[in-house]
Amino acid sequence: MDRRQFLKNSAAAFAATGVAAAPWKGALAQSGPIKIGLLAPLTGVVASGGKEMVEGVQFYLDFAKGEIAGRKVELVIEDDASNPDTALQKARRLVEQGNCHMLIGDLLANTGLAVANYVKGTGTPYFIPIIAADDLTQRQRIRNVIRVAGYSASAFTHPFGDWARKQGYKKIATISQDYTFGHEQCGGLAQVFAEGGGEIVQQFWHPLNTADFSPYLGQLADLKVDAIFAMETGADATRFIQQYASFGLKGKIPLLGAMNATDQSVIRTLGEECEGIIAAAHFAEGSDNPVTQKFTRDYEAKYSKIPSLYGFSMYSGMMWVAQAIEKLGGKVEDRDLLIDTVLKTELTGSPLGKTVKLDAYGNPIYDVQIRKVVKRADGKYWNVPIATYPNVSQFWTYDPETYMKQPPYSRSFQGIKKT
Amino acid sequence: MTGRSVIAAVAVLAVAAALPLLLSNYQVGLATEILIFGVLAMSIDILAGFAGRTSLGHGAIFGVSGYVVVYASAQAGLSPAAAFVFGVIAATLVAVIFGTIAVRTSGVYFLLLTLALGMIVWGICLRWTQVTGGENGLRGDVRPVLLVSHRAFYWAVLVAATVVSYAMWRFVRSPFGLTLLGIRDSESRMRSLGYNVSLHLFIGFVVSGFFAGVAGALYAMFNNFVSPSTVALAQSVEGVLMMIAGGVGTLFGGFVGAAAIIALENAVSAYTERWQTVLGVTFILIMIFAPEGIIGTLRAILTRKGR
Repeated sequence: MDRRQFLKNSAAAFAATGVAAAPWKGALAQSGPIKIGLLAPLTGVVASGGKEMVEGVQFYLDFAKGEIAGRKVELVIEDDASNPDTALQKARRLVEQGNCHMLIGDLLANTGLAVANYVKGTGTPYFIPIIAADDLTQRQRIRNVIRVAGYSASAFTHPFGDWARKQGYKKIATISQDYTFGHEQCGGLAQVFAEGGGEIVQQFWHPLNTADFSPYLGQLADLKVDAIFAMETGADATRFIQQYASFGLKGKIPLLGAMNATDQSVIRTLGEECEGIIAAAHFAEGSDNPVTQKFTRDYEAKYSKIPSLYGFSMYSGMMWVAQAIEKLGGKVEDRDLLIDTVLKTELTGSPLGKTVKLDAYGNPIYDVQIRKVVKRADGKYWNVPIATYPNVSQFWTYDPETYMKQPPYSRSFQGIKKT
Repeated sequence: MTGRSVIAAVAVLAVAAALPLLLSNYQVGLATEILIFGVLAMSIDILAGFAGRTSLGHGAIFGVSGYVVVYASAQAGLSPAAAFVFGVIAATLVAVIFGTIAVRTSGVYFLLLTLALGMIVWGICLRWTQVTGGENGLRGDVRPVLLVSHRAFYWAVLVAATVVSYAMWRFVRSPFGLTLLGIRDSESRMRSLGYNVSLHLFIGFVVSGFFAGVAGALYAMFNNFVSPSTVALAQSVEGVLMMIAGGVGTLFGGFVGAAAIIALENAVSAYTERWQTVLGVTFILIMIFAPEGIIGTLRAILTRKGR
């Protein structure tokens, strides 16, 4: 046997062992643990939110005693560093090296979109309870990317715009962080508010991580508007609310916020300056619903803080996926079946205290709560619902087809028809 | 090229080509990334190691190429090959602009100027939302159908990296490359010998930008995705660090540096989320104990033994 022949033979032998080994591996995996890859920003700009995401997942797994459908759950946590390139690399590691059956998580839209684009190629089920980019359940839907217990950015500001109009507000100005999440939330409010006969007087877009809001607040104060809508997250939200109060605008012009502006992750550190801000969301930790109350109490007992949207969303997202896996009897290996089952599963027993189902585009339909920040008996602030819009679609009252023909919300398109 | 170095090069290539047969898919992905970043580090080394100008703007050139590749294929609907060519052309054009402005300076001023230019590109990518997708970046299926599998793509990148590395090696050893060395060692002497120093530096910068563009186009195909973090300062710094870890002025050290950093990043981040701290400490140690980089230090040890 010459050398070339030898090489050929051994290559063939190698390949044969490889092929033969694969089914054996598959058979073993069936009885092994369910491997769930959790991507969360544990470092970088949104690290505090990332930690609460992990808490939310672990809180659920504690509740489920680390088992779903009789199979042990192995949770593999990776840090996406708030950076899309890192997120992509970590997703690859979880799928290709960690052999995770599914991925869940990510906080920033850019990290989520990067991972979504990757799993489009691999077919791995990817659940996004936090990533709010509208188009993931609208114009650029990917079948295996499912927004369990999540929300699309403009879904809650549509009813909020309607509510604001019904309060008799005629003129509103918005101020927002200048990125897609902000464009979409403001767009939702602006479109419905303007179509209801209101006027969006001016819109301010400021870069992420703005330390000083005085140039904006000065202009906002002079606009003579009936209300101001602020779309802020994280440290920006904290600073904006503080400076809004110290500028003397609190109590003078009503402040409406995006859900994330009055999230626990923000108002936990604030005092009375956050009192009275109104925002729209699916979850209100101060709701009088007994299921919500129990969740908030248990979470507070365990982590000694009131749950934020991050903790709540990841907890409910895990619950949703787990209920689908229960239905399947734990067979997570069949991805298509898993995806179909999740899409058909209706979430019961979540902290919302109400059954939630997905629409035809993979986005949950919620009752949207208009929430107000009030002081609790022990001096802490939380969001209490003051009005409810039942069963709100991500397309509001529009026809989905027509709605998706309009361009996605951006700085230049806010859903307002040019006159 | 001596007989021995040819044999060495062939041996390294053979090992590199055989790697995918031994590694898992994920590791093949890492190896691909190492090759791509190796090319980026080498392109920076052309300027830093041979012309004495360390650029902090190459991440931007690299990223622009990536943006153009994704935009051209996903939005404009061009074929992957055409997108690739356009990406490299765009990167070269950016290098022309950077070069025109930056070659007048040296030392810390060159560093700051390239940094500032890179920040401008980053700012444009972040704020020009209609075209660049802003914070979200651009996505698309950029890879040619033929190269969708990890292995096929790795081999394609290996071929590209080999060709490009050879070209860079020829470039720095050419008479023109030697003039760059002369400029590094003494600008005034080169000028008094009658060389047009600015022009030579400019050409050196553009050539280096071209190679960074090739790396960027490959990276866009690897990720099928590009975002402002690809053009950010951190990307430039990473390229420079890879070059330094490998060894300034060693050219092929770029691959070693890229391999060391990417491998370390992955190994350490599996154990702790504080991997950046570990990376930082490692750099400090490299600077103290092996200031010539990994290749430089190995070379020094070998020559000491040879004597």
